[in-house]
Amino acid sequence: MAKRTISADPATTKAYEHARTQDITTIWERHEAMQPICAFGDLGLCCTICYMGPCRIDPFSKEDIRGACGAGRDTISARNYTRAVAAGTAAHSDHARGICHTLLEAASGSAPDYKVIDIEKLKTIGAELGLKTEDVSYADLALQLGKRLLENFGKSEGTVDFVKRAPKGQQDKWEAAGVIPRAVDREVVECMHRTHEGVDADPKSLILQAIRCALADGWGGSMMATELQDILFGSPKPIRSKVNLGVLKEGCVNVVVHGHEPVLSEMLAIAAREKEIIDYAKSKGAEGLTLSGICCTANEILMRQGYPVAGNFLQQELAISTGAVDAMIVDVQCVMPGLAQIAEHFHTHLVTTSDKARIPGVNHFDFHEEKALDCARELLKDAADSFAKRDKSLVDIPQESMDLVAGFTAENTFHHLGGTFRGTYRPLNDAIMSGRLRGVVGVVGCNNVKINHDHNHKVMVEELLKNDVLVVQTGCSALACAKAGWLRPEAASEMAGKGLQEICEAVGIPPVLHMGSCVDNSRILIACCEMVKEGGIGEDISQLPVAAAAPEAMSEKAVAIGLYAVGSGITTFYTPAPRVLGAPAVLDYLTNSMEQDFGAHWVFEDNPLTAARGIIEHLDKKRAALKLDPMMYNPDVARSA
Amino acid sequence: MSRIIATAAIRGAHKIVERAEEQLGKSMEELGADKIIDLPDTAYYLPVIYAMLGLKVQKVGDLQEVIQHCKNLLPPIPTDGLWLPYLGSALDAGMATLFAQEVLEGLKYAHNPNPYNDIWLGATSDAILREQGIKLVDGRMPGFAACVGALPTTEAAVKLARDLQERNILVFLSSSTNGVSMAEQLAEANVEMNWDTFLVPYGKDTSATVWALGFAARSAMTFGGLTPGGLKEARDILLYNKERVHAFVLALGEVDDEKYATAAGAINFGFPVIADTDIPEILPTGICTYEHVVSNISHDDMPSRAIQVRGVKIKIQKIDIPVRYGPAFEGERVRKDDLQVEFGGKYHTAFEYLSMKQLDEVEDGKIEVIGPEISEVEEAAKLPIAIWVEVAGRKMQKDFESILERYVHTMLSMPMGVMHLGQRDTIWVRISKTAYNAGFTLKHLGVTLRSMLLNEFPAIVDKVQVKLYTNTEDVERLYQEAKAAYEIRDKRMGELVDEAVDTFYSCQLCQSYAPNHVCIITPERLGLCGAYNWLDGKAAYEINPTGGNQPVAKGDCYDEEKGKWNGVDDFIQSKSNQAVERFSAYSMMDDPMTSCGCFEAITCVLPGTGGIMIVDREFQGMTPAGMTFSSLAEVVGGGQQTPGFIGIGILYVLSKKFISADGGLKRVVWMTSSIKNRLGDKLAERYKEIGEPDLLDKIPDESITDDLEKLAEHLAEVGHPALEMGEMV
Repeated sequence: MAKRTISADPATTKAYEHARTQDITTIWERHEAMQPICAFGDLGLCCTICYMGPCRIDPFSKEDIRGACGAGRDTISARNYTRAVAAGTAAHSDHARGICHTLLEAASGSAPDYKVIDIEKLKTIGAELGLKTEDVSYADLALQLGKRLLENFGKSEGTVDFVKRAPKGQQDKWEAAGVIPRAVDREVVECMHRTHEGVDADPKSLILQAIRCALADGWGGSMMATELQDILFGSPKPIRSKVNLGVLKEGCVNVVVHGHEPVLSEMLAIAAREKEIIDYAKSKGAEGLTLSGICCTANEILMRQGYPVAGNFLQQELAISTGAVDAMIVDVQCVMPGLAQIAEHFHTHLVTTSDKARIPGVNHFDFHEEKALDCARELLKDAADSFAKRDKSLVDIPQESMDLVAGFTAENTFHHLGGTFRGTYRPLNDAIMSGRLRGVVGVVGCNNVKINHDHNHKVMVEELLKNDVLVVQTGCSALACAKAGWLRPEAASEMAGKGLQEICEAVGIPPVLHMGSCVDNSRILIACCEMVKEGGIGEDISQLPVAAAAPEAMSEKAVAIGLYAVGSGITTFYTPAPRVLGAPAVLDYLTNSMEQDFGAHWVFEDNPLTAARGIIEHLDKKRAALKLDPMMYNPDVARSA
Repeated sequence: MSRIIATAAIRGAHKIVERAEEQLGKSMEELGADKIIDLPDTAYYLPVIYAMLGLKVQKVGDLQEVIQHCKNLLPPIPTDGLWLPYLGSALDAGMATLFAQEVLEGLKYAHNPNPYNDIWLGATSDAILREQGIKLVDGRMPGFAACVGALPTTEAAVKLARDLQERNILVFLSSSTNGVSMAEQLAEANVEMNWDTFLVPYGKDTSATVWALGFAARSAMTFGGLTPGGLKEARDILLYNKERVHAFVLALGEVDDEKYATAAGAINFGFPVIADTDIPEILPTGICTYEHVVSNISHDDMPSRAIQVRGVKIKIQKIDIPVRYGPAFEGERVRKDDLQVEFGGKYHTAFEYLSMKQLDEVEDGKIEVIGPEISEVEEAAKLPIAIWVEVAGRKMQKDFESILERYVHTMLSMPMGVMHLGQRDTIWVRISKTAYNAGFTLKHLGVTLRSMLLNEFPAIVDKVQVKLYTNTEDVERLYQEAKAAYEIRDKRMGELVDEAVDTFYSCQLCQSYAPNHVCIITPERLGLCGAYNWLDGKAAYEINPTGGNQPVAKGDCYDEEKGKWNGVDDFIQSKSNQAVERFSAYSMMDDPMTSCGCFEAITCVLPGTGGIMIVDREFQGMTPAGMTFSSLAEVVGGGQQTPGFIGIGILYVLSKKFISADGGLKRVVWMTSSIKNRLGDKLAERYKEIGEPDLLDKIPDESITDDLEKLAEHLAEVGHPALEMGEMV
């Protein structure tokens, strides 16, 4: 069989080929076996909502074909789409709820291993929400805050609190469209209700509810998760680390965390530095213990603790197939059930830790926050025990690992640009106004087995950097560029346009800024708010020369993130298109008319280079509308047609 | 590339902080923690530390907390590869540097109250700050340059200094390059350096540069009314400087780590660095308005490049005379050994008289010298002079004569090598040998006056001719004519009372510095800086209808006694950004006028005496209010209404409307001797007018007491009427 190109990342390709030689089946084979995929489903025209069906609409028919209940293609697609948004929102928000509970337990003393680390942020947000911040203990304030934010899930009156952080322009547009989110759970529930058989059949009305739900994610669930995690575990600061499978160490106990929630991984991060644990690992014949991560749990302990990253989403199975992972500790989201089959080939101790996420045949560890550190120690010791069982002949670790700098947030940007006394976004806005920077683009999202792994992220980001676009990233997309070396500050002089280079050199930043996990996309919203506040580049987010992209999107969370970005005024380039291509009215609203209601729209473009150029064109249009200076430097890129 | 600068600055900061800590340790041992840091009169302690940290450093021991702040701010030195963001860190290192430098400079004053001598001036009193501040405010001084280091030659140093002076830029000199400082180079060339010549040599150490930043910080506190506290306040003070104080750093010669660190401190203030050497540049903008560091600029281009980078607006006066010209030369004296010719003073009649003529009576540009020219008299000759100026213009009014005439002093002070003192018939004019040798003649006085009158008052002056008489006969004859005119003008001014006009004038010139302050200038109450009276306001409005002086329609009077008018209230509300609602022209207790910070004197209530005191800004001693002028100024300035305290122009004391609603002149129970001297006979005259001819002698000054209790005893002894008038509060 001819070698398949499965990844733009050499380490991944090597590990994959190694797995193939051992007859290990991975996602690529399983995906291959699924071909041809169902076109009705792919186009959003398959309805499984009621038990009279499934119904499906012929996409090629010129007739107005209806399902059994009379739902047409746009209704069916809009309902499916709305449910995807609800699921994505539910995932981020349930994550936030969990952190909220941890904060309450920390504040009440029932989970003594957790403490408020970022007291300043606690006070700032307390004050923002009008809580009593004077003459109260931090624990009291944390209790107030936890309770207040918990109300955001199910309150019967008012709106999600952080909606008020948005610029007035956004709030006005939301008000006019009737999409201000009320409470997170309520919007998810309403999505489910409306999409139930025989309820909302109007595609526009369904999409507006999907937007309201997505905003409850971006300005609610995700934002709460980010803020609370910063308070509990500390706000990230720029930090050095390494990425890619080469961070796994042959002589060490290798523990890989995977998933999305930092509640356990933060404890593992503490325990992994304890002498007791290191000594225990050594007693099992190891040189030490290496903690690293996959996906966004990796991003969480990278951003705050500087732990290395083994890989992004499509590398999860390959990490195990190196034969060097002694334990993989998973929590929620993006954890492939297929891990269980891979782990069977090796000694790897695969363990689920969230009550919400179990895998058949996989050990489940009952994680208790009340004795979190002890749990973490136990898990690490189990890993060391597993190390003793490692078959060294099966170990094959690709040596690739890359340096990176991560840890950027909307808040610490103030300090990077102006120090303690002059903290400001002014240099960023000035750079955009004067044409040194074309704009700021968030390239985020997953990996998708349909797409050559990391390829789209890299092609798009490279083109943006050459054209003086500052790129901010989260999630697996950030890890793709990290592996390419673009999160090193040196990358600015190696590949960025001259204007971007000048900014990176003045500030000392890489041309690509890693802002965290996928719930941390809320940081990008806040950064946009700060850019609006600083002034000169738009009265609201939709006027800013900014854009977003998810060039290898995979999950329902990505659908929700994309929709809250567009709903917040950020035009978003998304690949592959969500399942709306068979529904002309839905497609037209998302890619076209949504602009009138929200000042932004979707662009579904599969070619990452074409998409990058579309982004550049979009930024130029925004710049022209603001009458900003022409770009200072011409990108000296030989444009291939 | 910026990383080199950031690295050098952070490295420099570490060294300076270490040195400051060491010095502090030694001083603590030698002097003890309680040793006072004896700075010249100031209400701002070590000003950068006070402004940024809110710490009131008074004793050596107080500096320990400062060092702790420095250490907290000091970032690690950026690595050669995979570096972390360094711009913010470098700015923090810069602030730590300034704090440490102030520690070092402050310690000098703990060891010795006069640590600076020779050419060096060191710390500046608040009085000087205020005096110079007015120049910043009214635009005479567009900004200041901190010159750090030295030039390759003395000639180059003199040229750069003169180029900056010509642009009216205040020049601070400090530090050295290879052991030489620019100030020493200027001293070698006998260039006069002091606040009046705009050349201020602070000190030879790089740390002395911090006094320039302290000057900037104090400007924000004095004129901007900003009070230090936490980080937010510090940020406001820095932004005030970025937006309103047009300063920059000229890095002269090699830039070492300590200079980079100091520059990083200056950039926090929004002050860019212009270097003559090939150092890395920081071009992106944001912390400064334009570029942060610009390098490799030739000395000839430095002033203009600096002005461009800082965004300073400068109007250069090009006048066809053979010497340099500008306010920086205004304070320069012509000494005896450089004297070519001298007019007036105590030897001869000398006067200036400006009058209005019809357009066809004036031949523009005609300058005549009647009597001997300089070349025709011996060196150091003493002569009489009549400076006879005739102007014409479509919008010229008789009332403007005296205003334009008053400007003759300013205009004739500005050519380098010409000294002009006094006004009307009290003038004393000297011309230096240097000027004469450069080709300056009497005729050039006329050229100067004509050019400047046309430049400065283009809206009212269309034509100017000047006659300069130097023969006794003509001078004495014309003097009689001028004297008659002076008397008529004085009489007219005397008749000009508030009730006689329906329009007052505002002065918002200082709003660039004190955004909520509005001066209301009435015929009987001049502006608090003492520089603008009602006629000035009127003329200024004619000259520039959209400028800082606007007509204020009085509207209906609703309180005649206190001087309150609807129209004035409306104006104040809108122009003070709604900060001030009502205004009393004649009361210091009820809705008093606000102050920018430029006041010539402060009047404040002295509880327990039934009276008030008046202290002028030159006075550095203690007052019966228990505060020095500087401390009082903090209460009064910044554009807020503070009943019981007002800033005034000193001549207001002579006005019949001087706090007339509160009891007027009879309330004065203490004033400084300098005010008494300055107002002299006219004040005695006023006391006669109010039927208290002996009262002036009953008013003590600082020579009698500066203590409130003793003052009360003294007043009782002499039977001061204020005691009977009841408390003002």
